[in-house]
Formats: sequence, C-alpha cells, structure tokens
Amino acid sequence: MKKLLIALLWAPLLASVQVFAAGAEVKLDKAPDRSRDHAALQNGAKVFINYCLNCHSASFMRYNRLTDIGLTEQQIRDNLMFTQDRVGELMTIAQRREEAKLWFGTAPPDLTLIARARSTISYDGADWLYTFLRGYYRDDSRPSGWNNTVFSNVGMPHALWQLQGEQIMGPDGRLALVKPGLMKPAEYDAMVADLVGYLVYMSEPVRNYRKELGVVVLIALAVLLVFAYALKREYWRDIH
Amino acid sequence: MAASAEKYKSDGTTGGNLLEWIDARFPLLALWNDHLAKYYAPKNFNFWYFFGSLALLVLVIQIVTGIFLVMHYKPDASLNASGVPIAFASVEYIMRDVPWGWLIRYLHSTGASAFFVVVYLHMFRAMLYGSYRKPRELVWIFGVLIFLCLMAEAFMGYLLPWGQMSYWGAQVIINLFTAIPLIGPDLGIWIRGDYVIGDATLNRFFSLHVIAIPLVLLGLIAAHIIALHEVGSNNPDGIEIKKKKDANGIPLDGIPFHPYYTVKDIVGVVVFLMAFAIVVFFMPEGGGYFIEYNNFFPADPLVTPPHIAPVWYFTPYYSILRANTVNFFWIDAKLWGVIFMGLGVMIFFFLPWLDRSPVKSIRYRGPLYKGALAIFVVSFLILGYLGILAPTPGRTLLAQICTILYFAFFLLMPIYTSLDKCKPEPERVTDK
Amino acid sequence: MSSDGTVDCVDCGRRRLLVATSVAGGVAGVAAVVPFVSSFAPSERAKSAGAPVEVDVSRLAPGEMMTVEWRGKPVWIIHRTKEMLDDLAKLADRLADPASSRNMQPEYAQNATRSIKPEYLVAIGICTHLGCSPSQKFQTGPESDVAADWPGGFFCPCHGSLFDLAGRVYKNMPAPDNLEIPPHVYLSDARILIGEDKKEG
Repeated sequence: MKKLLIALLWAPLLASVQVFAAGAEVKLDKAPDRSRDHAALQNGAKVFINYCLNCHSASFMRYNRLTDIGLTEQQIRDNLMFTQDRVGELMTIAQRREEAKLWFGTAPPDLTLIARARSTISYDGADWLYTFLRGYYRDDSRPSGWNNTVFSNVGMPHALWQLQGEQIMGPDGRLALVKPGLMKPAEYDAMVADLVGYLVYMSEPVRNYRKELGVVVLIALAVLLVFAYALKREYWRDIH
Repeated sequence: MAASAEKYKSDGTTGGNLLEWIDARFPLLALWNDHLAKYYAPKNFNFWYFFGSLALLVLVIQIVTGIFLVMHYKPDASLNASGVPIAFASVEYIMRDVPWGWLIRYLHSTGASAFFVVVYLHMFRAMLYGSYRKPRELVWIFGVLIFLCLMAEAFMGYLLPWGQMSYWGAQVIINLFTAIPLIGPDLGIWIRGDYVIGDATLNRFFSLHVIAIPLVLLGLIAAHIIALHEVGSNNPDGIEIKKKKDANGIPLDGIPFHPYYTVKDIVGVVVFLMAFAIVVFFMPEGGGYFIEYNNFFPADPLVTPPHIAPVWYFTPYYSILRANTVNFFWIDAKLWGVIFMGLGVMIFFFLPWLDRSPVKSIRYRGPLYKGALAIFVVSFLILGYLGILAPTPGRTLLAQICTILYFAFFLLMPIYTSLDKCKPEPERVTDK
Repeated sequence: MSSDGTVDCVDCGRRRLLVATSVAGGVAGVAAVVPFVSSFAPSERAKSAGAPVEVDVSRLAPGEMMTVEWRGKPVWIIHRTKEMLDDLAKLADRLADPASSRNMQPEYAQNATRSIKPEYLVAIGICTHLGCSPSQKFQTGPESDVAADWPGGFFCPCHGSLFDLAGRVYKNMPAPDNLEIPPHVYLSDARILIGEDKKEG
C-alpha cells in the first residue's frame, strides 16, 4: 500500500519530464561584461548618441545621469549633446512617430529599457543585442536591403554598416564578411560590446549601487539576527 | 473569551498617569491583555507558525511602499510627447528620477510575490494541522476571503505599470468573464469601462487597487485575527489546549503571546527580511517571475506578445483554466475553464466540512490523508509550472490529470478521511 | 552584584539584551525610514525643470525689456537707458525701501541699481503683494496714465502697486516689498545665467 502511494506520488513528476522539454532557440553569443568599465561605457554612450539617437529615443534617460560613468557635465555638454537640450534633460528625439512609421513600417522603439525588455529566462537581453548588432546580412528581398539572424525581417536597416562592412548569409547558414568596413571584425565586436554595455547600463543605471547596498543591508540584518536570536533564546529559557 | 475587567492603575509616574487616563476612556489594557500579554498560545508552535505574522509584515510593507509610489505614479494611458504611455513613463520616473524611487518600487514588486509565498505557506500550515476545523471554521472562511481579495488586488496592481504583460494579461483575464453566458460580453464592457482595455480600465483599477481592496483587506484581516483570538490558536498536534487548564483558568500548554511569540516572531521577521533583501537587491526581476521581462515594453494594443503568462502566483489556476478543452453538454470548453478555475479557489471554503477525520493534525492521521495531501501538493506545483509554459498536447494532458487530482483531494476527502486509520491524539502537546 | 550581596537589577542579562536588541533594531529602523523621507525631495525632473536658464541679451536694445521663464516664474531683463538710471536716484523719498535693506536680492544686487551691471535689471516679474505679474509702464510723464511725473516703471493691475525701474516698490502700496532679484551671473558681456550665483575661485 505504502509502495503504491509512493509510486503514485512520483508518477506525475516522471511523466512530466518529457513534456517539459523546451523547443530549440536561436543560439546567442555571450555579450562581454562591461558593467564596471567606465571607459567602455563612455565609448558606448558616444556610439549610441552618434548612431542610434537619431531614430531611437531614450526618453527615460537624462544626459546628466552620465556622470555615473565618469563624465563631467561639461564633458557631456561638449561631446554628447548636439541640440539645444540642457544637460538635465531627457534623451528625446525630434523625429515624429507617425513619420517614422511611414519610413520604416513601424516606429523605432524607445531604447532606454531595451536590454531588460529583451531578456528571457534563458538568456540576457545583452546577449540578444550583442548578437543582433553583429548579425546583419545583405538581403535584397527586404525593403531596407538588410536582414538579421536574430530578428527575421527586421524593419531596421544596418545603422552600423559602415563600421562593420557587409555580411552575407552563406549556403551553410553561416555569415561571411564580403565587404570590409572601417573597423576590423575584432574591433567592431569590441565596439558593439561597449554599445551593448551602455544599453545595459542605461536600462538600469542604479544596478551597481543596488548590489553594493544589498551587501550592506544583508550584513546589517545578519547583525540584527544575532541579537534577535539571542533575545529569543533568553526569553524561551523559561519554557521547556 | 471575556474581556478583562481590570483597569490600569498608575504607578505614580507621568507615563503611568497618562496610561490610567487613557485606559479609563479606551480599553487599552483590555486589548493589550486579550491579544498579547494574556493571550495564551500553545507553546509548541513550529516553523509553519511564522507565516501569519510574516503576512502582516508584508501587508505593512505593501501599504507603506504603495503610499509612496502613489505620490509619483500617474494612471494615464495616453501617450506623452515621446509616444510612451504616461503610466509606463511614470514608473520609469520613479525608477530613475525620484530619490530612492527604485528601492521603493522593488520593495513593492517583491512584496507582491512575497505576499503569495507567505500566504500559500500559511494556508498549507492550516492543511497540515487542521486549523480550519471546528471551532475555527470562520477563521478559515475569513482567510479564504482574504486570499480572494489578495488575488484581485495583485491582478489590478499588475495592470498599473501598463507594460505589455500588464495589458495582455488583463485582456485575457477580463475576457474570461465574457465567457459567462447571457451577461458575458456586457459584463466585460462594464468591467473595462470601454470596448477595449484602456484609460478607463486603468483608472478604475487604480482606485480599486489603492483604496477599495486595501480597505476591504484590512477589515477582513482584523476579522480573521479577532475570530482566531475568540477561539484560540491551533497547534501542530491539533489538540485543544483549552481542555486542560490550571487553577487560574490558564491552559497548561499555553504561554502568553507576549513576550514569547513576539520575541520569536522578531527572529522570523529578520530571517524573512534577509531573504527579501536578497531578492530586492540582487534579483528583483526574479528571473522574470517577479517582474516579467515583457513588461519593460510599454503596452501596445496592436501587438500581442508571443507568449502571455500570468504572474507565477496565478499559474496553478491558469493551468486549470487551460486544461479544459472539451465542450460538455451545452457549455463550451472556455466556460468550463472559467467554472473550474473559480471552483478551484472556491472549494477551499468547504474544507472544514469535507474533512471527516476524528483528528486534526497530520501527525495523527493515517496514510490515506498523507498520501492525498502529498498528491495535492505535487499536482499543485506541477499545475503551477505548466502555467508558465506554452501549451502542447502532452502538457495539456498532464494539466488535466493534475486538475482531476487537485479536485479529487477535496471531493474524495469525506471518504478517505472517514476510512483513514488514525493514531490516538496525545493529551498534552508534544515537542516533535 | 553589589558589595552587600543584593542584585542591582532583576534579570540583568535579559534587560541588557533587550536594550541592545532595541538599539540595533532602532538603528535599522531609522536607516529604513531614510529612503522614504528622501523620496519627498525634488526629483531629477523637478531639478532639471528648475535648472538655471541662459539668456542672450545682445539684441536687447536700450529701453527694451525681455521676459524669460525660470522655475515657472517670469524673469524680466530690462536694458536701462542712462536717463532711466539717473531717475532712479531721485525717487528715494517716494519709495518704501529705497536702499533695498529688506532681503529681496542677493548681496551683489544690494546697491543703487539693484543689479550687477547698472544697465541691465534682472528681476522676477511677480508682485510681492499676492503674486500677479505687473504690467510695463515705460512711458514717462503725462502721457503715461499713471501720474504727471511718472518716471517709468511697473503697475500691477490686481491691486494697484507701483514699482520703479529697479523693481523698488513705492510707498503706501499694497505690495510690502521690492521685486525679488534672482541669483544670476554674467557668463560674458551679453550672456546672463539666471538661477546661479557666481562661483567662487
């Protein structure tokens, strides 16, 4: 009887092992971690503002927040701001959404949170972005002339094509660089890593501080636990 | 339980005089004694007995962080100059521009999940030790009502960030109500305040989430505790400590809640806060289970995400809903899904009357109940896990099996609890 | 235990532990309150909206006035002529506070012209009575509808207060004080930054 019950308990679990098998996913490259590298993040900010901030807004990010990554307000104003915006303002753009929709088929999304939004349980949004920005290839069947391994039939053209050059999709399903760009592949990859690092930072600027504070809080709670437990033991000596 | 008749007499100090003045006009001492210093709780409370006070703690956390979030949040679905819904933008405003706003937000989002962890474990304690049995049926009924309100509160709260998951999760759940025959479609419009989920829905959910349901919750929680204190707490042995009293009328196995359980609960609180802090500071997204990744995209009525999943604490009931795929009689599968999902929660109300065992605690029950409870727990967990995944024929079959097992736990209970071979209960509580 | 054998306190250990735990808990409690209290402070959005405003006055002709917004308030910049400046000195006995002794301006504007450079007045255009914005009355003499010897200034339509071209209030007016002079600094001869004092060093 007992054995039957035990079998009954485990049967659903065993049966379910097959049904849990996940489907195959696109293989993503791991984005290098730039979260503590201020120089890399500054480079990423520069690339973002020069190449992305025309079509994509970052409307939750303030320019002066970039003091987080080691820049002064003067440096931000001189090197990263091309409009009349004041340094405390948000990274909005002039392009209107209805027009963008006409040109690209869909309005380019705001990128402030893209690194968090593109995450899933299996991979980090940073990996998605890192593979995406290196996964463009020429495809004349698309209106923009570009397609992407990670995002099929994407509306966005390859904004960084001058730096990377042109890739094509080979018959073996792998990408090959047919026209070199201004940067060598390794250089380009490093730059994309910086850009992705910046996007990760921008999606949650407080991340590093949050973790540091967490350590302090846990230590404080641990100290409190010692006191609280001692107090409990002291009172409960009365009870047997 | 009679209210204490004695009134506070000052010890001559200013503080004492003040207390005497108050106690002559407000039952301060009576309340203190009846609910703390002279509320005699069984001395054998174990780990499972922490979750009641932890639930109160999480309630306080949610209310306090909620108050501060409302100072900056804007329930407005219209688009700002950058084309982003104002409600969504106000959450990012809190995360970036409000001093410490990010922490208050993470405390609230983690608190919502923590509330369900704590409440599910709290309910499980009742199922382990028969805390829903006579004379505590009303404590249990208030508790199930609290659980229902909590689900409504969490559901409405989740719409407020106005992300993709907020919007489409609400869309799916409100559409469930449209499955009700005759009144369904009109009911859906009435709930939404519009033909689609939009600004009207957002604003009314805001009002219900911030004011209406919290007030109802506070009332139910007060009633829950008052009903408990009226009959006294249960314990892991399931025996009534009031049966054995000393010469002063104090239960032999009872100890005053204050200071013993106040001091013990403080330890529980600190340990809980450490686990809570680990999530808040190191993994607030909870792998996408506490803050779903898709919710970092603003709500877009024109784009449905490929995979809509409710937040983790609703997934068992979501699984039951989806497991219904057959049209029975004149009712179609969609409506059956709604019915069974509702029954899955409602059936908890009947537990005190379904359980026919002569003993309360699992410690003295026979193998039938132990097996049934184990199967129930495993089915519940599997249903929860399946609710996160996209359905396949294999998964649906498994969900159907687990749904049957889930209901069988309740519906067959009068039979197997009567047949079960129980052990004799002890006279006094034990230290197991 | 004291020397005569009696105990100093009952349950000394328990009491000390209780105090120690309460202190630790109290410290933690105060630390926990700090983020909530801080969240009341102006947000980055508020600070950005309240940030200093840069004004280019190179095109402002003598005798003219321009208005800019700073922290939601109108700020007037008046390019005063020599005549306007000369008239200022003659008004002392008609004004409530001719020497600007009350605290309505930074110390660098506590002078005869209430400004850093005499030719430019920078003042907040809000009447110190109940907050209306006074109207320009630069027309002098009998053609102004103020008085026959009116030297030019401002008239508040709400309750009739009069101010001169240094923002000083006349005697017996509903308004008690001169117009407020905001902190400001010259970035160059023709560029004024309103909202910030001159930085030291």
